[in-house]
This record gives sequence, structure tokens and C-alpha cells, in this order.
Amino acid sequence: MEQLFAQVAAGLANGAIYACLALALVMIFVSTDHINFAQGELAMFSAFMCWQLLEWNMPFWLALPAVVLASFVLGVGIERVVLRPLHNAPVLSIVVVFIGLLTIFNSLAGSIWGHTLKAFASPFPRVTFPGSAYFGSHQVGMILVTGALLLALFAFFRLTPLGLAMRAAAQNPASARLAGIRVDWMLALGWGLAAAIGAVAGTMVAPVVYLEPNMMAGILLYGFAGALVGGITSPGGAVVGGFVVGVLENLVAYFGNVLERSTGLYLVGNGEKLTVALIIVIVVLTLKPSGLFGSVMVKRV
Amino acid sequence: MATTTTDIVNGLPSAVRTVLDFGRGRWLWAALIFLALLPIIGGKTGLIGNYGFMQLSLMVVFAIAVLGLNLLTGFNGQISLGHGAFFAIGAYTTAVLMFHLHVPYWLTLPVAALMCFVAGYLFGLPALRLEGHYLALATFGLAIAVPQMLKYRHIEAVTGGVQGLQLDRAVAPFGLPFTANQWMFLVALAVAVVMFRIARNLLDSRTGRAIMAIRDYPMAADTMGINTAHYKAMTFGISALYTGVAGALFSIIIEFASPDNFPFALSIAILVGAVVGGIASLPGAVIGGVFVQVIEKYADAAARQLAATLHLPIEIQPWTIYGIALILLVYFMPMGIAGGLAMAWGRAKRRWPALAGVK
Repeated sequence: MEQLFAQVAAGLANGAIYACLALALVMIFVSTDHINFAQGELAMFSAFMCWQLLEWNMPFWLALPAVVLASFVLGVGIERVVLRPLHNAPVLSIVVVFIGLLTIFNSLAGSIWGHTLKAFASPFPRVTFPGSAYFGSHQVGMILVTGALLLALFAFFRLTPLGLAMRAAAQNPASARLAGIRVDWMLALGWGLAAAIGAVAGTMVAPVVYLEPNMMAGILLYGFAGALVGGITSPGGAVVGGFVVGVLENLVAYFGNVLERSTGLYLVGNGEKLTVALIIVIVVLTLKPSGLFGSVMVKRV
Repeated sequence: MATTTTDIVNGLPSAVRTVLDFGRGRWLWAALIFLALLPIIGGKTGLIGNYGFMQLSLMVVFAIAVLGLNLLTGFNGQISLGHGAFFAIGAYTTAVLMFHLHVPYWLTLPVAALMCFVAGYLFGLPALRLEGHYLALATFGLAIAVPQMLKYRHIEAVTGGVQGLQLDRAVAPFGLPFTANQWMFLVALAVAVVMFRIARNLLDSRTGRAIMAIRDYPMAADTMGINTAHYKAMTFGISALYTGVAGALFSIIIEFASPDNFPFALSIAILVGAVVGGIASLPGAVIGGVFVQVIEKYADAAARQLAATLHLPIEIQPWTIYGIALILLVYFMPMGIAGGLAMAWGRAKRRWPALAGVK
């Protein structure tokens, strides 16, 4: 029981990362209808930028906003320069461009920072508190940061005119344009926000997995799973989905372990984490593509 | 009477005209015979070493793999980012049969084909409900999970786990005077010719038209009485079969199969090949296959050269070039190199009608 509790706690902590990434994916999906396969690599790139600033002796809480801002600009830039000309392109072209971006950022990070593992110190102070047997301070920090991020986004979309404009542009571009909203800039803004959220996810996950150009592939798959479970059209759903998937991932490994100890039969363990994510993705996509909280898409014939 | 280019062409000796007449079949056969004679022309004279033949064989292998993806994505409109998975299944089927059961290499090819067809068909069934981005997402997951799946503990005894399987060299039969690499080049070439021929026939048939109709207008195809679900799953199976046979040849040629041979990057490489060559084109698959292998081998040096000439402070990696090439192609040549060439050829024919063989 003790162990089960610890596993759930660890799952929640991982879930915070998946939730962040899922949030970034949802952000782009909602504003542009695209699934951004390069999201993980963008987050990784941001984490490397942050690491570089820390190496230059910048304090973390100064470096993070700087990196988030830089990532925002990068995201807007990518939308304006790379994706803008493809507004009416077929899905395949878009997917191929995303894959192109993925390889470019992955290899660029390798060129600039190399492929050796880099340690990334946790920005959160090491403190003991009730329950710290289950949660490390970094884990709690990650969960808090994700929560704060979600609240900030919620406030932004509900309470500011710009947030309202973005929602309008996503829901009904034609009417929004008629109402004087610059829809194409809203798309770019969505990209910028996604990149900024990804930057937070990247810097939060870096202390857990070590910094390395390929660190995000598996995490991105879980981010996708989280976004799909929650419903890829719902930011709140994505966060819930991220946590669900994180806990699920650890529970599957845990019960696999229990099963092996009690019956000697090995079914799943840590080695099958990605397969579990794949199964989640396929099951959700085939059985309930709208996820838990997403809106059901209706296709006009 | 004014002399036109047509008159000039018609006035040429027939031998020259034959050459100028771009009768597709003739050129193709000439090229194939040349390739088939390469082990004698290039090998015996020492122009092409064993390593060279291995490279050539791998080009052929990737051409088959890319053809598989072309059938699915280019002709049927289903996006797959995970064809490396089927490549791996084919490779492992062959490796396991050769390693554990000592089956001769050529007998493993049909088995690998069957295995991959079944795997592709089964994956294609849930994929029926997915379109566009979602299918890309599911196959993306497949590509990422495959290396890990291959290390699954229960199949470790069969697949050799992380170490993989070391295979026996496939040597030329009947004491034919070819080295193993030359022989495998010929085998791969023969397999490729048969498989491209079958693909051509398939696409020219009623089935092929159904496959393409589904890509162009699924709803209309459905209304016309085409069983979309059946054809889509079948195409997925056939596509996986092609890529799987390529994987089988791959493991025979490199005499080895291990999980690290089939990373996510492999799936991307196959996609890159398809897009670069031309996603809905059979010649495009050949161009794509060559591109994948050539880039794999030379991009490293080229990138270093480029970084040096531009005085860049960092090393450029081949994958950066891959990525940039992908994006530029989507902008400027959405039909790939094959499509671009076809368009240039069409333009040239309009400009100089004689090229079209007007008599």
C-alpha cells in the first residue's frame, strides 16, 4: 500500500510534465487544427537555452522568463515564416513540415550542445514537509508550476480581450475576421503560447531526465496520450489527461511488478512504458477520439 | 517549306531516333540490364568494391521500403510516420528464421512478406477510423515504441534482446563467381524489379483505381460501391508487406538485426525518401531510396564542408539538412523530384514537340 501510494505520487509528478506538454499541443491544435509533432523538440531546445543561461551564471528565476519569452518569439516566428505559406496545404504537407522541424531542432541542439548527458539542477529548494516521503520538492514544484500555468491560461482566455479574440479566431475564423480580429496573428499567438508552455515543460522535465537532444521523444508520446485522453480540444482536459496518463503509466508498471512477484509471470514493467503510451493513444483514438472533455467533431458532408 | 524540329528528328537515322524516342520500357530495360551487369562490369574490373555493392544494395532496399510507403500515403492517402516498424518486423522475421531455424535466406522473404502483411492489415483495422493528423499520430507512436517492443522480455530468447542476432552471410549459389555483396545486390535488384512490376500492375488495375479513388474522394468512392474499409486495410497490409520485404533484405545484407537498427529515425528516413522522390510515383520511390542511402553516407561530409565554407561556428549534422530539404520540398516541389522532373519534361515537350516523338 505504501508503495502504491508512492507510485501514484510519482505518477502525479510525471503527469505534471505530460500535462504541460499536452497543454502546449492543445494550444496549437485549438488555434490551427494541427498536431505539432515538433512540440517535444521545441521544449527540449528551450530547456537547452535555459541550461546555457544557467551556465552563464544567470539565476534560474531570471533565466526562466527569458527563455519563455525567447521561446514565445521562436514559436511566433515559426508560424509566420514556416507555416504561414501552407495555410491551405494538405495534411500530409503539414505533417512533413512538422517532421522537418523536429529533425532540424533535434540535430541543431546536438550540433550546438552535443549529445552528452547534462545535469540540470532543480530550481526548487530542498525542503522537508509532511508527505515528503512520497513527493520530492521538485515534484511538488512541477505540480505547482503546472497548476499556476493552467490558472494563468484560464484567466488569459476568459478575462482578457486578447484571449477572447483568440478563442473567437479559433472557433469561427470567418466571423472573427469580420469582427475585426486579425485571425492570422491569433494563430501565430497560439504558436507562441504553445512554445512558451513547452519551454516551461522542458525546463521542468530537464532535472528529472537529464538534458539530451533525444530526451523528449518518449515524453512527447505521453504528452500526446495525455492530450488525447483529456480531449485534444480542451486545455483543462489536457491537464487532467496528463495527470491521468502519468499515474496510469506508474500504476501499470507497479501492478506488472506485483503480478510478477506473486505469480512469477512477467507482463509489463518499465521497459514497456512507451508501448503502454502507444496503446493508450490507439485505444483513445479508436474508441473515443474526443477524449474525456473534448468537443465531438462533426464533419459536414 | 520551313524546317521544323520535327522534320529534323524525322530526318535522323533510325538508330538515333530510337534513342531520342523516350519509349519508357526500352530505357527501363536498358538501365536494368546495365544494373544487372554491374557486378561483372564494376566488380570484376575493381571499379566498385564490396562496400560499394553493399551501398547499392541498400539503395535498392530503401527504394522498396519507400515504395511501400508511397502505396499507402501517396496512392491511398493514409499518412504513416511509423513504417520503420514494418521494416523491423520484416527484418526480424528473416533474422529469427535464419538464426534459430537455419532457413535459407531466400525462403525467409515470403515469410517476412506474409508476416508484415498480417501486421499491417491488423494495424490498418483500427487505423480505418483515423484520418490525417490522427493517423499520423498513431503511427508516430508506433515508430517511437518499436525499439522498446523489440526488447520485450518474453521474446528476448527469440530476438536476442539488446544484442540482436548475428546472421550467416548469404553467398552466391552453384559456385557462381560473385562475392556475397555482389550476389545480394543482384538478389535485391531482382526482388525490387518483381515488386515494382507488381505495384505497377496493381495500380493499373481495378483495385488500383479504387485505392486512388479513396484517396481523392473517399465519400464518392464509398457511394460508387467501393468497400473503403476493405481497401484501406488491404492497402495498409500491402504497404507493410513491401516495407517488410525491404527490411528482410536489409537484415540479410547487413547480416545483423538489433533493436537499435530500427530507431524512430528510420521511419523518418523512409518518409523523407518518399517525399523527396515523389509521394505518388513509382520512379519517385527509386529516387527516394537512393536519396536516403546517399544522404546517410555523404551528408555528414557535405555538412562539415558546408559549415567550413560558411565559417559557421558549429558543426552541421546531416539531419539538419534532411529537415531543411523536407521543408523546402514541400514548398517548391510538393510532388517530389519525380514530380518536378515530370513537370520539366512536360514543359520541354510542349516547347520542343519533337521530343514527344511526333512523327
